[in-house]
Amino acid sequence: MSKRIEAKDLNVYYGDFLAVEGVTMNIEPRSVTALIGPSGCGKSTFIRTLNRMHEVIPGAHVKGQVLLDGDNLYGDGVDPVLVRRQVGMVFQRPNPFPTMSIRDNVLAGVKLNNRRIAKSDAEALVEKSLRGANLWNEVKDRLELPGSGLSGGQQQRLCIARAIAVSPEVLLMDEPCSALDPISTLAIEDLIGELKQEYTIVIVTHNMQQASRVSDSTAFFNIAGTGKPGKLIEYDETTKMFSNPNEKSTEDYVSGRFG
Amino acid sequence: MSSAPAAASPKLRAKGRPADIIFQGISTFAGISILVMLGLVAIFLVVQSIPAFGPDFDVKGTSNFLEYVGPLAFGTVWASFLAMIMAVPVAIGIALFITHFAPRKLASTIGFVIDLLAAVPSVVFGLWGANVLAGFMKPAYAWLSDNLGFIPLFAGTASGTGRTILTASIVLAVMVLPIITALSREVFLQTPRLHEEASLALGATRWEMIKMAVLPFGASGIVSASILGLGRALGETMAIAMVLSPSLVVSFILTSGTNPSTIASNIALSFPEAHGNEVSALIATGLVLFIITILVNGLARWLLGRNPRTGGAK
Ligand SMILES: Nc1ncnc2c1ncn2[C@@H]1O[C@H](COP(=O)(O)OP(=O)(O)O)[C@@H](O)[C@H]1O
Ligand SMILES: [Mg+2]
Repeated sequence: MSKRIEAKDLNVYYGDFLAVEGVTMNIEPRSVTALIGPSGCGKSTFIRTLNRMHEVIPGAHVKGQVLLDGDNLYGDGVDPVLVRRQVGMVFQRPNPFPTMSIRDNVLAGVKLNNRRIAKSDAEALVEKSLRGANLWNEVKDRLELPGSGLSGGQQQRLCIARAIAVSPEVLLMDEPCSALDPISTLAIEDLIGELKQEYTIVIVTHNMQQASRVSDSTAFFNIAGTGKPGKLIEYDETTKMFSNPNEKSTEDYVSGRFG
Repeated sequence: MSSAPAAASPKLRAKGRPADIIFQGISTFAGISILVMLGLVAIFLVVQSIPAFGPDFDVKGTSNFLEYVGPLAFGTVWASFLAMIMAVPVAIGIALFITHFAPRKLASTIGFVIDLLAAVPSVVFGLWGANVLAGFMKPAYAWLSDNLGFIPLFAGTASGTGRTILTASIVLAVMVLPIITALSREVFLQTPRLHEEASLALGATRWEMIKMAVLPFGASGIVSASILGLGRALGETMAIAMVLSPSLVVSFILTSGTNPSTIASNIALSFPEAHGNEVSALIATGLVLFIITILVNGLARWLLGRNPRTGGAK
């Protein structure tokens, strides 16, 4: 498990509008990479191209390449459905399926594409995934209850359990804590630290402390003005980015001297 | 709010604002008048139909009211049931196609055509059913009763005209299709993007996404849409009256020339020549239709309320 991601000269468009321009970056396996930058600079847009989720929006398309251990996600005949099984995603707002129990939420991805799973295997997988998301102890007595009855932080960890239940190679998180309280945020941050043993993790965050706490590398995106494309300004080890970045705008941004 | 300060400083007492008072008056009047109208209809039906329950009942060879209304009530429910079986899946399919599969241009064209369908008067549907569809279906009915006659639904001799309860139900299905489609489409469009993306990000195909996110979210809306369609089917008069020649039978056979009629179409066909007792009998059947409609609505509400998630949850 866990694969390397390489973006090569990636441009992302919404229709004719160029939203992100010329991103080239290597993301190491078993590491946490944080994407930071002001609102509207294309962090969400970029992270969604890593599992082709941007294609959900009509007209959105990319030019360039994204390689997953050398395989181009945008090559001819590559099925986005299969890409998304390898590259899981956790969203800004927790989104467990409201009609499903906690157990069924965890198994939702596993049962897709007509796959069957023996009952005992399913039980084991539910426990493993919920333990993996640090949620098992809180919900083990109420696996049959709807996932929507949990607190926001628990729901988000349920979504992480659901994402890791399908054993992806990569886990993408777009501001996973921005709807959560500080305690729940810390729980998720601890979890990210554990998950990187097994997965390549890319996380978008607006919180500088969070980026410096959880990530190994940090990528700073910026935008020259509204209507201009977002660009990758600097990408380096997190310690370097927060102490001694090469670019003036990075330093301004991480130190809070920025809009 | 306690009353003491208001009494102490009268300036704070709420002034009646004219616009508020007028608006409140109008809306209260509107709300009450709908209840009054419904009540008056019910009273009218009950009062006018009382003679039909007397001992000397004699309408169309039946000797009491139940014998008369039974086959009609059966025909009403049976025809509507058949229509719903056909219309609901097709409507859901069209609504899903419009909202999740069709390119935008095609989707709006189809939506427009469906809305047009809703504007066609029922007489036109009746003419189409009696003159076009019946003839078109005739060979199919003959084939069904020849080859599948062992199934009770297709037993006996096939209709020589094609004007069967199935033809009538198909016409009904086409008539209720627009309303069910339009409402389902609105519900499907409101599926939270959040849940659609959750399933897609897990590697769901489009159809799996629909099963996981769209249909569970839309379930209660589909039921409501179907109930509205069913209400229209139960009360439909002209289309049925033009397709079916009425006879008082209870029969599940779809392909026969002898078909149960429905309450509404029977009233339309019989009223012009009715006199005396028969008028009361017809009005009494109207009362029965009124009750069937209320029962169906109640059943639907009960079904919706029983499902814990659809009772107004997100
Ligand atoms: N669905 C969309 N359609 C068109 N433009 C979009 C869409 N989503 C985002 N954009 C544009 O793309 C740019 C980047 O947005 P986004 O990736 O959401 O930024 P961030 O996540 O960094 O705040 C913005 O200019 C935004 O207006
Ligand atoms: Mg964003």
